[in-house]
Amino acid sequence: MIKLKKNIPLIDQHNKLGFWGGKFGGSFIPETLKKPIEDLTKEFQKLRKDKKFVKKRDFYFKNYVGSPTSLVKLKNLSKHLKGAQIWAKVVSEANGGAHKIYNATVHALICKAMGKKYIVGDTGAGYAGKMLSMAAKKFDLKCKIFMGAKDIKRQKPNCDAMRKNGAEIVPVYSGSQTLVDAVSECMRYWVSNCDNTHMCVGSTVGPNIFVKICGWSTAQISRELKSQIRKEFKKIPKRIKLINCVGGGSSAYGFWSEFIDYDKKQIELIGVEADGPKKSKLHAAPLSRNSKIGILHGAASYVCQNNEGQIKETESISAGLDYPGVSPIHCFLKDTKRARYTNATDEEALNAYKIVTKFEKLNPSLEPCHAFAEAIKIAPKLSRDTIIIVNSCGDAKKDRDILKQRLEKDND
Amino acid sequence: MTNSLIWQSFKKTRNENRPALLTYTVAGDNTKKKSLEILKSISNHADICELGFPHNTPIADGGQIQTSAYRAIKNGIKIKNVFSIVSQFKKTKKNKPIILMGYYNIVYQYGENKFIQKCKKTKVDGLIIVDLPHPENKLFASKCKKKGINFIQLVSPTTSNNRLKQIIKDSHDMIYYISMLSITGQKLKVSPKNIIRRYNKIKALDKSKNIVIGFGITEKTIKSLKKADGLVVGSAICKEITKSIIKRQNIVTNVTNIVRRLKNKIK
Repeated sequence: MIKLKKNIPLIDQHNKLGFWGGKFGGSFIPETLKKPIEDLTKEFQKLRKDKKFVKKRDFYFKNYVGSPTSLVKLKNLSKHLKGAQIWAKVVSEANGGAHKIYNATVHALICKAMGKKYIVGDTGAGYAGKMLSMAAKKFDLKCKIFMGAKDIKRQKPNCDAMRKNGAEIVPVYSGSQTLVDAVSECMRYWVSNCDNTHMCVGSTVGPNIFVKICGWSTAQISRELKSQIRKEFKKIPKRIKLINCVGGGSSAYGFWSEFIDYDKKQIELIGVEADGPKKSKLHAAPLSRNSKIGILHGAASYVCQNNEGQIKETESISAGLDYPGVSPIHCFLKDTKRARYTNATDEEALNAYKIVTKFEKLNPSLEPCHAFAEAIKIAPKLSRDTIIIVNSCGDAKKDRDILKQRLEKDND
Repeated sequence: MTNSLIWQSFKKTRNENRPALLTYTVAGDNTKKKSLEILKSISNHADICELGFPHNTPIADGGQIQTSAYRAIKNGIKIKNVFSIVSQFKKTKKNKPIILMGYYNIVYQYGENKFIQKCKKTKVDGLIIVDLPHPENKLFASKCKKKGINFIQLVSPTTSNNRLKQIIKDSHDMIYYISMLSITGQKLKVSPKNIIRRYNKIKALDKSKNIVIGFGITEKTIKSLKKADGLVVGSAICKEITKSIIKRQNIVTNVTNIVRRLKNKIK
């Protein structure tokens, strides 16, 4: 039986070789990347203990990212659903419109500290890329973003933003032309250029150190949330459900990290994966659909794959969740039963978008709409003193073309 | 493992005062049958044959090998077919060493022990697992050694001196030196002179080890690196397969010709 430890951040609960629960994570990397990853690991260990660096991070989180993002009660939606109170942590208020800015800012600061001038990153929905391009511009770094050709087409607004920030978008045509291929291509680029280039992995995935850096960055969300809950309710209420969408899992970890030590009867953690179109079998839901453990992008995690170990293509309306793997720390949370993972289809996410925008002044992107779908599903069955908080981690501006097309179709 | 076929190959080429020629092709590229024919034919000129078991998320391979891998997967190659290609090859070429090369997830899904057993049974001589570096590979490598299979360690220009010593200590009959910071199939961005200089430094740590150089080796560059114990050519061969398919020419003939020319350059 693998167990969670208390009073130690989850990102640090791995063994010497980088495995959580003895089997998730690690660093399955080509020899060439051993040295740059060791260097980065040492640097990060040093920096996170360095008070000056942490102060700098907090300065930029406050004055550049715009922390704290607000916690709001969705009164109309709660009334409509006649059950639990529904709240939203509006992380999409952060500079750039999503939680990805936390990880991007920290990576840019690390890149600076290491004296590197070039930064590269992957992106699916385009948020990780957009934020990295913003941070690169802010900190005067040259930036390349790897993005699947299919995603470039469907997330145009974010691509425009990246180009405006001076980043070069490298289209990836291999495989399914989505996030999975973008991450592979970005890693390949880093193998060839690791002497002068820093790599930012856009989520809590990849070799161990990237999981840690990203989790350390997004954890800001739950630090804010904890004090906001205390302020709002005087103490931590008895029944809370924290609902978050899970693709790689960076926003979910950030949303939950401060609450993992609580009893799950008091604070339930619910992760919602993308099940894809109702009729499709290409679910991007390795946790909730019980995929086997496999190695993808340098780490062991539950992975959508066939019996041979070939990675399966996935399909989702939400580019940010369209990924066959998932963070090793979520695998660990699943196996220790601390978090519960479920999924929502494209149709359910779209429906949630319609309902949320009808009742509230909120414009959640298709990723958090998966989380809202679960909230809408369970809220009516719950008591009024149950507090559901959804991480509204992205803004739907980037989805305007898809939404226009899909919602018009539904109205026909 | 001084009686291994790999060790004997290096002994032979050293006696002939030339580097060993190692080829890399992908099993099932472009079909199962054709890849066996290619392997049999090029092994008349190559000293050691590396056979890739393809993966659809190869993080260290460039375009040429990716294309070959995707083509093979699309044409239905399964890991059991890879093993059957090896055993059929060994029926007629029992003294030619075969090294299987690929990514760890394929081994992991098959089961480490079962995979090694199967290698032993089909007479695989060595294994290269691209994304299982030292020290993570120590247990797996020792399991291989127990079954008489060479686990081939990789070293690169970024490998620190301390690591080098450790890796060499844990290595078997062959070590693979990655010529530059690169994925497979890119142009040589370091001068051959510098590659050989670094190579000699590694070689000096333990003269008894056979160290081959790979990455960026083509017909143009191979001669300048002939001081090494062995040289690996992969992408240039995969590219030739792609070219032959597009031009509708005989793949086996074209690929065999390029391997023959490579060999002639280092004789």
